Amino acid sequence: MHMFFVLSRLAWRYLWRNHRRTIVMLSAIAVGTWAMIFMTALTRGMVDQMIVDGISVIPGHVQIHDPDYLDDPSVYNRVALSDADLTARFHDAGFAAWASRVRVPAVVTSERESRGITLLGIDPQAERSFSFVDYDAVDGRFLEGADDNGVVLGAKLADTLETRVGKRVVLMSQDPDNEIADRGFRVVGLFHAEMEITEESYAFIGKRTAQDMLRIGDSVTEVVFVGDDYRDVEPLYTAVMARVDDSVQVSRWTEVDTYLGTMMGMMDGFMLIWVIVIFLALSFGLVNTLVMAVFERIREIGLMLALGMKPISVLGQIIIESMMLLAVGLLIGDLLAWATIKPLEGGIDISVVAKGMEMFGASSVLYPNLSVDDVILANVVVMILGFLASLSPAWRASRYEPVEAITKV
Amino acid sequence: MMSAVRCINLCKTYRQGDQDIKALDHLSVEIEKGEFVCLMSPSGGGKTTLLNAIGGLDIPDSGEVWIADERIDQMSKGQLADLRLANIGFVFQAYNLIPVLTAQENVEFVMQVQGVPAAQRREKSFAILDEVGLKGLESRRPAEMSGGQQQRVAVARAIVSRPELVLADEPTANLDSKTSAELMELFTELNEHHNTTFVIATHDQRVQAYARRLVRMLDGRIVDDIKQNAA
Repeated sequence: MHMFFVLSRLAWRYLWRNHRRTIVMLSAIAVGTWAMIFMTALTRGMVDQMIVDGISVIPGHVQIHDPDYLDDPSVYNRVALSDADLTARFHDAGFAAWASRVRVPAVVTSERESRGITLLGIDPQAERSFSFVDYDAVDGRFLEGADDNGVVLGAKLADTLETRVGKRVVLMSQDPDNEIADRGFRVVGLFHAEMEITEESYAFIGKRTAQDMLRIGDSVTEVVFVGDDYRDVEPLYTAVMARVDDSVQVSRWTEVDTYLGTMMGMMDGFMLIWVIVIFLALSFGLVNTLVMAVFERIREIGLMLALGMKPISVLGQIIIESMMLLAVGLLIGDLLAWATIKPLEGGIDISVVAKGMEMFGASSVLYPNLSVDDVILANVVVMILGFLASLSPAWRASRYEPVEAITKV
Repeated sequence: MMSAVRCINLCKTYRQGDQDIKALDHLSVEIEKGEFVCLMSPSGGGKTTLLNAIGGLDIPDSGEVWIADERIDQMSKGQLADLRLANIGFVFQAYNLIPVLTAQENVEFVMQVQGVPAAQRREKSFAILDEVGLKGLESRRPAEMSGGQQQRVAVARAIVSRPELVLADEPTANLDSKTSAELMELFTELNEHHNTTFVIATHDQRVQAYARRLVRMLDGRIVDDIKQNAA
């Protein structure tokens, strides 16, 4: 251990022997680290927002369906358990937020236009806590109960249909016998969402109204459960699994929306690649700095070897020097990233490119997400790669013959 | 008397351009513990090569080098490092201090590597710097000291852990006559009071006067080996 202190002191002093070079290299590491973390926070924020928005539309971290529903999301593939049975199984079972619903493809027709949509028959009180619709921000009103006879459309959809609150539209779908099931509804409200695509795609009616229209008794097509953290759904999944049998399929949200699930996995891979790419650029500077640092003190290395320091200690000294350089650079970069990201956590308005962002499923406000895990990843990867990059100059330094090194001019 | 250094039939050839230069040519010499020996030769005579071979800094092509009762020419780099650390003090021609350390830290360096406790290191380093006349300059870095002061720091570093053998290569080459005399007085005192063996490579006539044994070399061989009364 005493050798570590000896080498650390030497490494630290040598680091500051050439102030200018060290400061330039520290700046490069700090800016590189800042770029790694800042870009990661922006991307993480964007992807998180996409996932959260996506899950809020699904909605639910865990869902119950008929085993064939995900392949053919029609009224024919309903959950085998009746609504009453579902209530008996889950109502007092400690699930904080859950709801059963009817979700079928449908066509909405105004007097001017028709559009294909996803029709949601819901119990508005059961979904209030996790719905992507802010009930209080709806133009007109939101549904008041499962028996409500009105329809709530997305504002954008209403624009497309050239309809508005108070007018009537016709909703049309299929019943379980493949017969047309349709009914006229008065538009009672227009909801707003982060993305226009959401406003264009959904229409809400009362759950029992939907069951009547589709002639499915008290059947539903899905049951949704929302937990505390979309990244950790296993406890919720296990709890739901324990209360159903094989007649239904229980799915995590990553299985319901594989695009979003893949996105989350891809994000971690992207972070790693991004960190490595930036480090590769930095590593040229780092190796050059170390090579120069070794080159300008060959005699001193020879002297240390002549005085009895072992080659492994010389190797250790150069590696410690590299690690110190990286650690200081990382610390500055981390602080810089924290100082620049924190003020932006309230959101960055990118509405000028909102259309483009929407193509990726992202909203027009970007919330940078400074994740401790990402900061740790960036720091650990840089330290490991920095260690590897410093091995070559350190190895060369340790291989000098003292008698040759000491006479170098 | 016990041998401090024993070299048997040493050969060392360097290649310089197209020529082979025999730095050591079947050289044998034995130095007893407590001796004060001067190696003398014109430039290229082989004295530095012999000094390096004795210190384990250079491995001879053939022959044997013994320090006390250990043969060192077959040791690994790590073993040689341990040997130098524990038994040998070096003083080089060009001061060779670590520029990022202060005088006191330079003196402490060998003891630090040896693992001597901090308090003991500090006490010894201050005492030895006082002994070599550098009291008050302990916190200066090499660049802030004169050549003579730097060489005295190097000497202090070489002797602070009381090695059995001190090897000095042209220790007075860059010093004025007054500083040279002070340095040699210090060596003589250490030799007499601590029975430290000194092997000094030099062609400085003033240094030779302090030695009790003069070994003259030419073309890698010993041509004269005289015992004398020191100054």
